[in-house]
Amino acid sequence: MSSRTILLALVAVAALVPVIPGVPVFWITLLNNIGLASLVAMGLVLLTGVGGLTSFGQAAFCGFGAYTTALLTTAYGFSPWVTLPVALLITGVVALILGLVTMRLSGHYLPLGTIAWGISLYFLFGELEILGKHDGLIAVPPLNIAGYDLYDSRAIYYVIWTFVLLAGIATHNLLDSRVGRAIRALRGGSVAAESFGVKTFRVKLIVFIYSALLAAISGWLFAHMQRAVNQTPFGINAGIEYLFMAVLGGAGHVGGAILGSGLVTILKDQLQRLLPQLFGSKGNYEMIVFGFLLVVLLQTAREGLWPWLASLFPARQQPPRPVAAEPLPRRTMPDAAEPLLSLKSARKSFGGLLAVNDVSFDVRSREIVGLIGPNGAGKSTIFNLVTGVLWPTGGEVRFKGERIDSQHAQAVARRGIARTFQHVNVLSNMSVLDNVALGAHLRGSKGSLASLARLDRAEERRLLNEAATQIERIGLAEQMHRPAGSLSLGQLRIVEIARALCLDPVLLLLDEPAAGLRHMEKRELAAMLAKLKSEGMTILLVEHDMSFVMGLTDHLVVVDFGTKIAEGKPADVRANPAVIEAYLGGVA
Amino acid sequence: MDSTIVLFLIQDGITNGAVYALLALALVLVFAVTRVILVPQGEFVTYGALTLAMLDVGKVPGTAGLLIVFAGLALLVEGWSSRNRMSAQLIGRLGLLYVVPPLVIVLLTLWLAPMKLGPLPQALLAIAIVAPMGPYLYRIAFQPLAEASILVLLIAAVAAHLSMTGLCLLFFGPEGLRAAPLSGASFTLGPLPVSGQNVAICIAAIGLMIALYLFFGRTILGKALRATAVNRLGARLVGIRTALSGQIAFLIAAAIGAFSGVLIAPVTTIYYDSGFLIGLKGFVAAIVGGLVSYPLAAAAAVFVGIVEAFASFWASAFKEIIVFLIIIPVLLVRSLTTTHVEEDE
Repeated sequence: MSSRTILLALVAVAALVPVIPGVPVFWITLLNNIGLASLVAMGLVLLTGVGGLTSFGQAAFCGFGAYTTALLTTAYGFSPWVTLPVALLITGVVALILGLVTMRLSGHYLPLGTIAWGISLYFLFGELEILGKHDGLIAVPPLNIAGYDLYDSRAIYYVIWTFVLLAGIATHNLLDSRVGRAIRALRGGSVAAESFGVKTFRVKLIVFIYSALLAAISGWLFAHMQRAVNQTPFGINAGIEYLFMAVLGGAGHVGGAILGSGLVTILKDQLQRLLPQLFGSKGNYEMIVFGFLLVVLLQTAREGLWPWLASLFPARQQPPRPVAAEPLPRRTMPDAAEPLLSLKSARKSFGGLLAVNDVSFDVRSREIVGLIGPNGAGKSTIFNLVTGVLWPTGGEVRFKGERIDSQHAQAVARRGIARTFQHVNVLSNMSVLDNVALGAHLRGSKGSLASLARLDRAEERRLLNEAATQIERIGLAEQMHRPAGSLSLGQLRIVEIARALCLDPVLLLLDEPAAGLRHMEKRELAAMLAKLKSEGMTILLVEHDMSFVMGLTDHLVVVDFGTKIAEGKPADVRANPAVIEAYLGGVA
Repeated sequence: MDSTIVLFLIQDGITNGAVYALLALALVLVFAVTRVILVPQGEFVTYGALTLAMLDVGKVPGTAGLLIVFAGLALLVEGWSSRNRMSAQLIGRLGLLYVVPPLVIVLLTLWLAPMKLGPLPQALLAIAIVAPMGPYLYRIAFQPLAEASILVLLIAAVAAHLSMTGLCLLFFGPEGLRAAPLSGASFTLGPLPVSGQNVAICIAAIGLMIALYLFFGRTILGKALRATAVNRLGARLVGIRTALSGQIAFLIAAAIGAFSGVLIAPVTTIYYDSGFLIGLKGFVAAIVGGLVSYPLAAAAAVFVGIVEAFASFWASAFKEIIVFLIIIPVLLVRSLTTTHVEEDE
């Protein structure tokens, strides 16, 4: 049974529930609440589970949706359907402002900002005259479809769950796309993603706004279901509950959002009956249990229940290779022996430590240049200066004659410079294919809206085809669909090379590509690099294995303690007394 | 608005600010040592204040029962995690850490509470009841997550806040309580009437800050905590038990929270959920200090207190909104001055 058939079966069951005779209205109400919560939790799944960001203020975004429509329909006589875009617009602008303020900071400032923000808005809703102060707004009209008012909870049930279904499909589409890969790459930190041209700040903003919009839809529906709005359901405790739903269900899966919402809503309903009887007084005692369960969950099953549920069903068969598609356009490679990369007195100091001290060297096109030196000599720092991860304290870095120092990593990537990392930097729970396809990010252009509407399929096929081609080229076709975390360190280094090749680079920077490879694998790697060179690629590599470097490179640059001590043909460098001293210590 | 009102508001602001400063210091300390953003800090304030108010009327406070709940859960967690290496020595250690202290404190409370010993002994007793909950909370919720990301720790902290607020409702009920002032004196300073309680709050806050300064600068334990804050792995390599550092940081934070609660209990009515907002104002200050700088956080706390005082004069309905929105420009400035983007996950 494919997941599509399961989905269709579930939709059919859900559609039949309200018309089954004897189903109590109370159940329908509960299901309606689950649907409303699912919309919010789905946003959090994307934000927290996939993107590694979080917000405790989603309830406030619900409030924006609810109050916007309540005010416009009651005071100004708008039709509910007209207020939906208005609610989305207002919420979107609010989320944009909050996002702009916190997204550049480290991860925990966003949730802290949302707590402060969530509380402020909660109080604001209760204080504004126009919003009816603590009493809120009443007599909100019901939704109306084709002249028929949806007063009955069975009627609005269909509206709510249609929205849940649409949101689920949209979220799934968004995740399964070029933008989706960029969102998933956020968890691995920003350096790798930005080195392949992902504008991480922008991607974070998109996810944050998307999750806020889902919350606004939920609030909009809530206002017309409840037909009255006050501040109570939009406080910070509600925000915490939504997060609880996302974490419980399985942050990272669309289905987990619905599962978590269902469990928490039902549990809350049960606890609200049971606990006051148990303790003999009224109060929101369910929060004791919720808090406790959340801590236990974080300690024992941080991935939530969805992965466990998914594991109960037999594993699907191996997905096929992405279909062959028209290859992506390629860059034209420069002619041989043109100056490509040039460092002039590049310098980088960290406080008092001078990591790179006025290093100058050139890399000519269609050459393989080795950058060697003892540990701590500053080789990786030079890589970071070239790729825009770090900005030099002094000197110049030029690529094809233009200065690229003090440019952002994405801009450097755009020029056709791709790299691998000394400490492997792949997303371990993402498949090898998706990891490699991230490298082709800049060769696509479809954005989030196109992905939501599935208008990106032709381009996506070409991107995945490119990724698959590069994986086959490096000989890991068998592992294409496995999570990257299950590969050996040596294989991951090769995966990083495939990812870099997906960028269609002119210049390839490889940081210790042969580390962790066995002898035969090293020979295959050397052969592949030689072939790339023959196709017009220029390669700068850092490596410790001397026999590997000597046989492969055209030119060597030796650094020690941040300073260039020698450069030239491999054979000359090997005989250089300064190099021998740096590697073997002073001559006894 | 004349100068007397201005002076009065400033006095009020400084008094509140002194309390926020204490909380901000505790938040910065806990974040530095354990990377936990201690959202439940406010609950310790509530616990301290409500405990004092109950002791004032000669009743046994609900926190005595709460302490047993905390100790019992911590004992369960600790016992479970060391179930495979049980020995007589270990059982003795568990008893010494998780059974004896709460038992002694609870018995002492049962004995002393009806005596109405007066403000100072009652304040000390209130702090003694609440402070041990800190390390127990760390043991239950955070020690098993010590290596998790800041984000996971933050979610756990919010969860702990939720449970602790609910427990407070259960043990103290929904009514607000207020304690008798530690000092009933009042005098005039020029045109300005000054209450003894306000002076007591400021003196106590400054005294505690000096004590903390000496603790971190002069004692080996304080230095060990600072070392853990700088580098957890490095601290462990030189023989500092980071779990112990975490428990001590939580002990200090809970004690400071209870102390703050004791200070404000006579000036405001405290409900089971009041602590959250008070703690969050400490947060606003701590965030201004970037969660790292003690002096900046303390200065910001006084600023928050003064803003709050003026906001409640001009637009009392929007007081909380104004105070919490201070955080937005602060985050904006931080965001614009940050050049480096790095996630902790």
